[in-house]
Amino acid sequence: MNEVLKVEDLCVDYITENGGYVRAVDHVSFIIKEGQSLGLAGESGCGKSTIAYSLMGLHRPPALISNGRIFLNGRDILSLPQKELRAVRWSEVSMVFQSAMNCLNPVVTLEKQFFEIYKYHHITKNRAEARERAIKLLNLVGIPAERITDYPHQLSGGMRQRAIIAMALALNPKLLILDEPTTALDTVVQREILKQIFDLKNQLGFSILFITHDISLMMEFCDEVAIMYAGKIVEQADCKTILHRPNHPYTYGLKQSFPSLRGEIHYMEGIPGVPLDLKHIPQGCRFQARCNKITCICKEKEPVRSNTDSGFYFCHNPLKYEEEQK
Amino acid sequence: MSEQRKKVLEVKNVVMDFDVNGKGFFSKGHKLRALNDISFELYQGEALAVVGESGCGKSTICRTAMRFYKPTYGEILHEGKNIHKLKGEGLKYYRQKVQMIFQDPFSSLNPLHNIYYHLKRPLQLYHPCSKAEMKEKMDEYLTMVGLVPPEEQGNKNPHQLSGGQRQRAYLARILAVGAEVILADEPTSMLDVSIRLGVLNLMNRLKTEYGKSFLYITHDIATARYFADRIIVLYAGHMVEWGEVNEVVLHPRHPYTKLLLAAAPDPEREGEVELPVVRSQETEITMWTPESKGCPFANRCPHATSRCHEEMPSVHKVSENQFIRCFHTEKENANESRTKL
Repeated sequence: MNEVLKVEDLCVDYITENGGYVRAVDHVSFIIKEGQSLGLAGESGCGKSTIAYSLMGLHRPPALISNGRIFLNGRDILSLPQKELRAVRWSEVSMVFQSAMNCLNPVVTLEKQFFEIYKYHHITKNRAEARERAIKLLNLVGIPAERITDYPHQLSGGMRQRAIIAMALALNPKLLILDEPTTALDTVVQREILKQIFDLKNQLGFSILFITHDISLMMEFCDEVAIMYAGKIVEQADCKTILHRPNHPYTYGLKQSFPSLRGEIHYMEGIPGVPLDLKHIPQGCRFQARCNKITCICKEKEPVRSNTDSGFYFCHNPLKYEEEQK
Repeated sequence: MSEQRKKVLEVKNVVMDFDVNGKGFFSKGHKLRALNDISFELYQGEALAVVGESGCGKSTICRTAMRFYKPTYGEILHEGKNIHKLKGEGLKYYRQKVQMIFQDPFSSLNPLHNIYYHLKRPLQLYHPCSKAEMKEKMDEYLTMVGLVPPEEQGNKNPHQLSGGQRQRAYLARILAVGAEVILADEPTSMLDVSIRLGVLNLMNRLKTEYGKSFLYITHDIATARYFADRIIVLYAGHMVEWGEVNEVVLHPRHPYTKLLLAAAPDPEREGEVELPVVRSQETEITMWTPESKGCPFANRCPHATSRCHEEMPSVHKVSENQFIRCFHTEKENANESRTKL
């Protein structure tokens, strides 16, 4: 399978007032293959949205990519000049933003907004043809054709989100980045929309990078899951492994933060403490202050990568399963 | 046991109408019925969850109980008194006993004052005492909500605290007022996932150890099950199913409750889920007006019959602690009792 996206050793810094910097993304590497979906989970402030923005080359100062390379379909995104970058955006990689409902222009009808996409990407300058293409896309996401002349305020929240997804698919991108696409929506609508996106993925064969903090939702939809903490991917594996045998205590804690809908209710701890302040990174493991399996070595040495069957993790004292079963 | 427990808040057949547009001289007014025939009791030391989609009226219940709105029909009783007729001392007493915690911890505390100030004000108003005593009390409340050491945390300003800590500070303020009923309007939905459970556990401790009552408003049915004792499922301003939380979540009977549970994320589920709902373009919640008739869920219900569109189903009991408003279970129940005979 082809690699659609390859991120190598990516570091993103935010320059601070007094000449220092805060490293929001710290040596992150991952690969997304054709037709694959990768979930990126973590708490707010762990750098997941920063990654999404830098993949599109949308990061703005004070953010600065200080290290690493990003390959999209084999091309190095970071070395492209602005003009070519603009052509790449939307046609090869498109993004559904967190508050996507506000991304639509409120004073322009859907029809015209679709036309603009086609016009600026030199697909067609014919309004009738653009309209035809747009209607096809809207049908794909379940919006009736007659709504194309509507203004955004005439659509409900769920429909606006669907319209945005239709726009994101307008130019058949190879990669779709979903940055918390459904946080503002109700559970029923959320599931309908996600199901639609993943059905379309199988139909059209694009890849997905799905960013959210809702790990239980992610495990239902994605093939592979990467867990981020304080700017680093601390564990990556396929869904089943993360669900049943997570290695990193943080992954386990995150999983324990979502009460289950079945079985007995038992006391759940969540994760004690507060997320790490990136201005004061301690020596050793970044999760040490909140970890329940901490030992001396955690405070001294940063854990190295340990490979597993389906992924990797960074931890000195990974959770063990054979013992528990006994 | 339930007869022994003190009823702290009683909501009786509350109907809440809002005027939407048409307040002008020539335009015809429209009414929106945000709540229709809501009745429930809240007992001491109990958590009652209200779940539903946005726009179903969950927050309106909260706001009506806080006297932001006066209900069109029906009444809300606190210790046997209608809260919308309270005046003077009675009103002050009600405000002390019933407090609300908000969704957004970033705007519910005054950014110019430290945490001690937020605790000092209610103490001065409701429990006047000497300076040393006050300090002692404030530290006690801060320790109760897990803001330790109190000396250090109390002198901080809100911006120095994280979301979860602010929500804890706000709970400390509510304790300082001396509230017994706490209306919690999505208190954890703006917090980080890892922090949420800590706040829920704290609320749980306040409930079991200090006998506080909670009205927990949320859209997350999983946390409702974790924290609450009883649950109300609200749809378009109607209570469609309510009762013991485990009964409702594990054995849902109303089609809407089934839909909500099917839509809730559950990683342990095998295979794909088919949502039990009629696929239509307008899948958002139905607007309910005083003229509307039929079952509120009829448009989206996969089992809807012509009767569902015409008549409002009445309330009936489906098991010991579970009530429902739907025609279909009525039939099921009748069938069951027939087979038993």
